[in-house]
Amino acid sequence: MSAHDTTEPTRRDFLYVATGAAAAVGAGAVAWPFIDQMRPDASTLALATIEVDVSSIEPGMSVTAKWRGKPVFIRNRTPAEVEAAKEVPLSELKDPVARNANLASDAPATDVDRSAGEGKENWIVMIGSCTHLGCVPLGQSGDFGGWFCPCHGSHYDTAGRIRKGPAPENLAVPTFEFISDTVIRIG
Amino acid sequence: MSGGHSTYNPTTGLGRWIDQRMPLPRLVYDSFVAYPVPRNLNYAYTFGGILSLMLVAQILTGVVLAMHYAANTEIAFNSVEKIMRDVNSGWLLRYLHANGASMFFIAVYIHIFRGLYYGSYKAPRELLWILGCIIYLLMMATGFMGYVLPWGQMSFWGATVITGFFTAIPLVGDWIQQLLLGGFAVDNPTLNRFFSLHYLLPFMIAGVVVLHVWALHVTGQTNPTGIEPKSKTDTVAFTPYATIKDAFAMVLFLLFFAYFVFYLPNYLGHPDNYIEANPLKTPSHIVPEWYYLPFYAILRAITFNVGPIDSKLGGVLAMFGSIAVLFFVPWLDTSKVRSAAYRPWYKLFFWLFVANAIFLGWLGSRPAEGAYVAMAQIATLYYFAFFLVIMPLLGLIETPRKLPNSITEAVLGKAKGSGTAVPEGATASPDKNV
Repeated sequence: MSAHDTTEPTRRDFLYVATGAAAAVGAGAVAWPFIDQMRPDASTLALATIEVDVSSIEPGMSVTAKWRGKPVFIRNRTPAEVEAAKEVPLSELKDPVARNANLASDAPATDVDRSAGEGKENWIVMIGSCTHLGCVPLGQSGDFGGWFCPCHGSHYDTAGRIRKGPAPENLAVPTFEFISDTVIRIG
Repeated sequence: MSGGHSTYNPTTGLGRWIDQRMPLPRLVYDSFVAYPVPRNLNYAYTFGGILSLMLVAQILTGVVLAMHYAANTEIAFNSVEKIMRDVNSGWLLRYLHANGASMFFIAVYIHIFRGLYYGSYKAPRELLWILGCIIYLLMMATGFMGYVLPWGQMSFWGATVITGFFTAIPLVGDWIQQLLLGGFAVDNPTLNRFFSLHYLLPFMIAGVVVLHVWALHVTGQTNPTGIEPKSKTDTVAFTPYATIKDAFAMVLFLLFFAYFVFYLPNYLGHPDNYIEANPLKTPSHIVPEWYYLPFYAILRAITFNVGPIDSKLGGVLAMFGSIAVLFFVPWLDTSKVRSAAYRPWYKLFFWLFVANAIFLGWLGSRPAEGAYVAMAQIATLYYFAFFLVIMPLLGLIETPRKLPNSITEAVLGKAKGSGTAVPEGATASPDKNV
């Protein structure tokens, strides 16, 4: 950098480095707002919670609610569907983690961990967005009687667990709770 | 061909006055009138000009469509219908723009295959080729975002699937996807930014096209023999020879284009895109536009995990890799002979590659089930093997046919050949006597 072959940095070397560093920091500071504006804005981030009345959903029926721009499947499973999901050993699962936002992140993908919990095992609440590339899976179809994503052929079982196809994870269970016996609050 | 002295000679006082101050007419004369091109260029070489025409056509129709389109999820779909029904000549402008995108891609695929067949990417034209690959990538981004704007079902779900690719990236994938979408799902912020970028990118393409043409005019064009021009008899002036040939090809291409616009305006589109976007319902069968289908088939062919890479990331990597590999073609092809006309084995594998690419496109339009998946896996294997195994190996083991001594000899026969003899297979090195 120096014009002279001295080993000691000169005053001019210092000025070059200091100027360059200031210019780099300045360029970064100017660039950041241009990237930052792309991120979800305040109105999108404002945590929307929705409440869904599930009193009229009989066993074997589902509703789809819209939360954060994505569909949420709420299904009142039949006892046969619950039994089928319970019988699957964890070793057969492609993704052995529950992916349930209400539980610890390493909770196993047992049927009860995927459902609304003990006593409400018939209820399952999941974000209806395939973990492959985000299509909405079709209900009560596919090789495992659960959900089937028509886009790239992912099969989910009756507990929304990925069993076959390119999707890497089980359908995500969002944060939700029963605020009464018949109303679910999501978010 | 480069570094030749300019032969521009302004004849008027005004011409001389301008030439001394800002010699743009000289640049145009030297680049598009006196510029020497090989005398044996065939019609495969006219697609560069056709692509320039299509870029201008897309920008013109796009700018006027933007005067009537509204990038808001509430009204975008209806504003497109308004263009079709209420805006004067709106139907024509929209069909020109929508089919123009398909024509643009037809032309670019022929242009790319021509480059692969005649070895146009070999030294000293590596940068020319890479600039072309960049243009192609920008075209894909532009086409994808343009398809989202009508806000139909395929627009919405195509955008969902394609932005979903980024979630396959470990750690930062979700953050990048939200950065692209401006939210957690495709929604109004997504539509707005895609419209802005769809308007911007064609001008970036135009900028790279200038670099592409500049690089072309430094190295000169290749030709069907793959031999560099050696003497004046090997070339003809760009105007009138190439100009007229390009113009004739453009007329034929525009006829083809017009046939689609007037008789099959929706043939290359998808009927589901005339249904307004519904975030709660995925169409039973999502397909991208036809020109992305081969890459879509490659994405879906990876249904298995490879070591620590799961099938989702593997599919995305294979898809991006299938385009990234194009950038390395100048170094993957080890043959010293440029043109497939003198490479019997390469010619065979090249046409197999073309058939395989079309086959992949067809598989991309089929559902991802059963035998289609297995066929897509085999076709994907050949796609990569062509670049990564066949290209490097053939150059080492193939015996090329005897090359003519010069372009003139190739065209007129040996008696009139004016070039100096060169050893077989030595023509790929840049000629120093031109």
